[in-house]
Amino acid sequence: MLPEIGQFSLILACILSLLQTVYPLYGVHTGHQGAIRSAKIFTILQFVAVATSFVILSYSFLINDFTIGYIATNSNSALPWYYRLSAVWGAHEGSLLLWVFLLSTWSIAVALMSKRLPIESVARVLAVLGLLAFGFYLFVILTSNPFDRTLPYFPIDGRDLNPLLQDFGLVIHPPMLYMGYVGFSVAFAFAIAALLEGRLDSAWAKWSRPWTMAAWMFLTVGIALGSWWAYYELGWGGWWFWDPVENASFMPWLAGTALIHSLAVSEKRGVFKSWTVLLALSAFSLSLLGTFLVRSGVLVSVHAFASDPTRGLFILGFLVLVIGGSLLLYAIQASKVKSRGRYQLVSRESVLLINNILLIAALIVVLLGTLLPLVHKEIGLGSISIGEPFFNRMFTILIVPFALFVGVGSLFRWKRQQLNDLKKPLTMILILSTLSTVIFLFTFAPSLTWLAVMGTFLGFWIIVGVIYEIYLRSTHRHRFSKGVMKLGNSHWAMSFGHFGLAVMIIGITMTQNYSIEKDVKLAVGQHIAFEHYDFHFDQVKPHNGQNYTATMGVFTVKKDQQEIAVMEAEKRIYTVQRMPMTEAAINAGFTRDLYIAMGEQLPDGAWAVRIYYKPFIRWIWLGPLLMAFGGLLMLCDRRYRSKKDNIENSENKPAPVGGTDA
Amino acid sequence: MLNKRRVLTLLVPFIIFIIGAIFLATPLLKGSDPSKLDSALIGQAVPEFTLQDIYDADKQYDASIFKGQKMLLNVWATWCPTCYAEHTYLNKLAKQGLYIVGMNYKDDRKKAIRWLKDLNDPYKISLFDKSGMLGMDLGVYGAPETFFIDSNGIIQYRHVGDLNNKVWNDKLLAIYEDMQ
Amino acid sequence: MIQLNKVNKLLPLLLAACMILFSHASQAAIDTFEFENAQQEKTFHELTKLLRCPKCQNQNIADSNAELAKDLRNKTYELVKQGQSKDQVVDYMVARFGNFVRYDPPVTPATIFLWLGPLLFIIFGLLVLIRQIKKQPAKANNLDDQEQQKLQQLLKQHAKDTKS
Repeated sequence: MLPEIGQFSLILACILSLLQTVYPLYGVHTGHQGAIRSAKIFTILQFVAVATSFVILSYSFLINDFTIGYIATNSNSALPWYYRLSAVWGAHEGSLLLWVFLLSTWSIAVALMSKRLPIESVARVLAVLGLLAFGFYLFVILTSNPFDRTLPYFPIDGRDLNPLLQDFGLVIHPPMLYMGYVGFSVAFAFAIAALLEGRLDSAWAKWSRPWTMAAWMFLTVGIALGSWWAYYELGWGGWWFWDPVENASFMPWLAGTALIHSLAVSEKRGVFKSWTVLLALSAFSLSLLGTFLVRSGVLVSVHAFASDPTRGLFILGFLVLVIGGSLLLYAIQASKVKSRGRYQLVSRESVLLINNILLIAALIVVLLGTLLPLVHKEIGLGSISIGEPFFNRMFTILIVPFALFVGVGSLFRWKRQQLNDLKKPLTMILILSTLSTVIFLFTFAPSLTWLAVMGTFLGFWIIVGVIYEIYLRSTHRHRFSKGVMKLGNSHWAMSFGHFGLAVMIIGITMTQNYSIEKDVKLAVGQHIAFEHYDFHFDQVKPHNGQNYTATMGVFTVKKDQQEIAVMEAEKRIYTVQRMPMTEAAINAGFTRDLYIAMGEQLPDGAWAVRIYYKPFIRWIWLGPLLMAFGGLLMLCDRRYRSKKDNIENSENKPAPVGGTDA
Repeated sequence: MLNKRRVLTLLVPFIIFIIGAIFLATPLLKGSDPSKLDSALIGQAVPEFTLQDIYDADKQYDASIFKGQKMLLNVWATWCPTCYAEHTYLNKLAKQGLYIVGMNYKDDRKKAIRWLKDLNDPYKISLFDKSGMLGMDLGVYGAPETFFIDSNGIIQYRHVGDLNNKVWNDKLLAIYEDMQ
Repeated sequence: MIQLNKVNKLLPLLLAACMILFSHASQAAIDTFEFENAQQEKTFHELTKLLRCPKCQNQNIADSNAELAKDLRNKTYELVKQGQSKDQVVDYMVARFGNFVRYDPPVTPATIFLWLGPLLFIIFGLLVLIRQIKKQPAKANNLDDQEQQKLQQLLKQHAKDTKS
């Protein structure tokens, strides 16, 4: 009975989402106030309906209702309760339900938190969100119903959740990622609403900015979590594989990053407006494209969902309607937009646009790298692979100008910057960052490579640039201690965002250049030493979990004769799916990780063991967390929470000044 | 009042998207499987090799067996469930008079012989590639695979996956008949 | 003796075995090769990261635990030990498995867009930026339509206020 209610409320939500689109738009068109106000009511009702559906599916997972086919395939009664709950989004159908649930969550947030916006604008935005939801509801109901029953012959127990997904990282990774993907729909809806209305002004940029930032923040954390999970769970010690599925999440992130910067310019200076709108449309379009790539099976990937051409065609049709329609609307409406602001070549506007161009160039690298193999095969030229060597090379090239501009971009003044005024700060930053690089590499690098020197320098260039800029701004009118307290949240947001990027660049540089990998044959009692570390293989013992059996290798690690850790690496067999899994032992540290993965037992009784020394790998995830924290700071800025929506207010704010005031 | 040139410029993203969408749609409509690869050896002769007969370790073959008539080279193994599914159809093709050479790939000789005795042997010649040596040179990446070889010993096509009535009639028969 | 009917019974088992063999590589692929010198070891590791396993979903042969990946690793090891260079090994693999096997695509008229696409975009973007700056009206006008309207309203309001 319960599943039927779940299914029913899903259908109800579908109908409500259509009403949420049609009625308010009719209201805006005719000026019917009641119809305009109905947008909010339909949004709330739709949320209640889909939430009911989601809760019912989760509850059915908790009580092991194997009469539901989806649960029978993706859960098991021996599964711990928290994994039964996260199994809701462990496969295609449930993850789509999560997707629509989150879309509805964003919609209701917009409905409830936009009191200071004109009611017609909000109605339009909610109508667009309703239309997107409608498409996804149809998709769920018609092709991927999570409530399909296995009756009358239901299994006694389920086939279990994929052991790879039985992990804390995977409990929170998909919701975070989807919050990001789906969150861009708000920026998309604001853009479409503005295009429909024909008013692309600073107010539009101001309204969509916090929403975009929130979505970007979730996406950043989501991607970082995914990378972290892949690192410790897959047992290969890698943190990014340039797999199509990863690329699918990276593309909206690149577009979103460009968007949050471009929105800032559009809001503050009223320029780049049509570019900003295009980015807003792209960020969400790329999220949709990602969904298509992951679920249609057109590409080969490590972690794609079970593929199905019908589903693929459905999403593609939806994609064509949504993206094609919005781009067409864009072509017609954006041509009317005129840029009013004036700026010169050497100005903060230009620097921001140049980095926007670089971000989109990076996006094109990823897009072409992901899709070209498909086209290549389609036009009869055979299969090709595009992977790590290609992407790494391209990103190494693109990051150089990008990081250089990030480091000093905030020193540039709006409208016009005298290059002469930048001479002193640039020299200072150059000297200080070179010095930091030398000290850092001298302390942590065993040898020098060109790439390591360059990467570290770029990282410190940004860090020094950020700190120097904070210093200049604080001492502009006050003493440093007083001035630094006066810096706004938005300013700290920028500083943290850029600082996070620098931390990530340094982490990547160190990990890529100085990691050590040892594949060795070790018998119990033997040891291997490298990089001051000594790994002693103590014993092998059995170890059993709730739904798996494991063999555990125990290692004592010494550094310079001092015992620093006991590490336990497992080889697990999950009882239901009979799937072997490597559970690596990781000794994490701020400046290095030690990583041990057990391989096979060899005929002579010894074990194949892989040991990694990974310097600064934590920084790769610390960086994105700092960036996301920056985003959080911006959301806390008073400007976006004040009740009054005062355009003049934002215009009157003094444009951030450069290093030296002329 | 629309500025025509501006509209055209702004239409560029739309046009790029539509072209992209067409490329995304074609594999879905054609139902092509991205994990299936074309052989790198098409248009080339079968690589040199020396392999034993599956029944008789003293009997050896080399690449010259692929000349003289058009034929199929079927790569199979007893550990491969799809090969089991395919076997009946291979027997059917053999009965129709097709010349089929079998290559048992990375397998156990005894098990392979038993398989052929139990399920009937459709092969004119059965090669035994224990080490996967010829398999590597042919770029075999998953059994079953079937190579289409013309009378000059040149590889014209490779099919990955099982042979069955549907793929044979839809696609493979035409390729076979086009060969000399 | 496995009779025909036994084979039938074995089929699900075989299927399961193959699933384990091919569908997952969550298990680390670890070999214990020994090399004559550090250079060979380095070449070997670079190669196993560059070569793609044709059978598996999307993994290089270093990460994959599939049978075929193991074969390719062994072959790579053999060739490296013979003293073949990185390019020679890649060519060997491409001759057998096609360009699919290398993660670093060759430059051809079809793949050149991988490099040209981003480059052209950057050039195009910079040109547009420069053109925009040149096209700007001589006098700055920081307000857009809505703001303009609002300003007018305020001015009117102000005028009224001062009159009354």
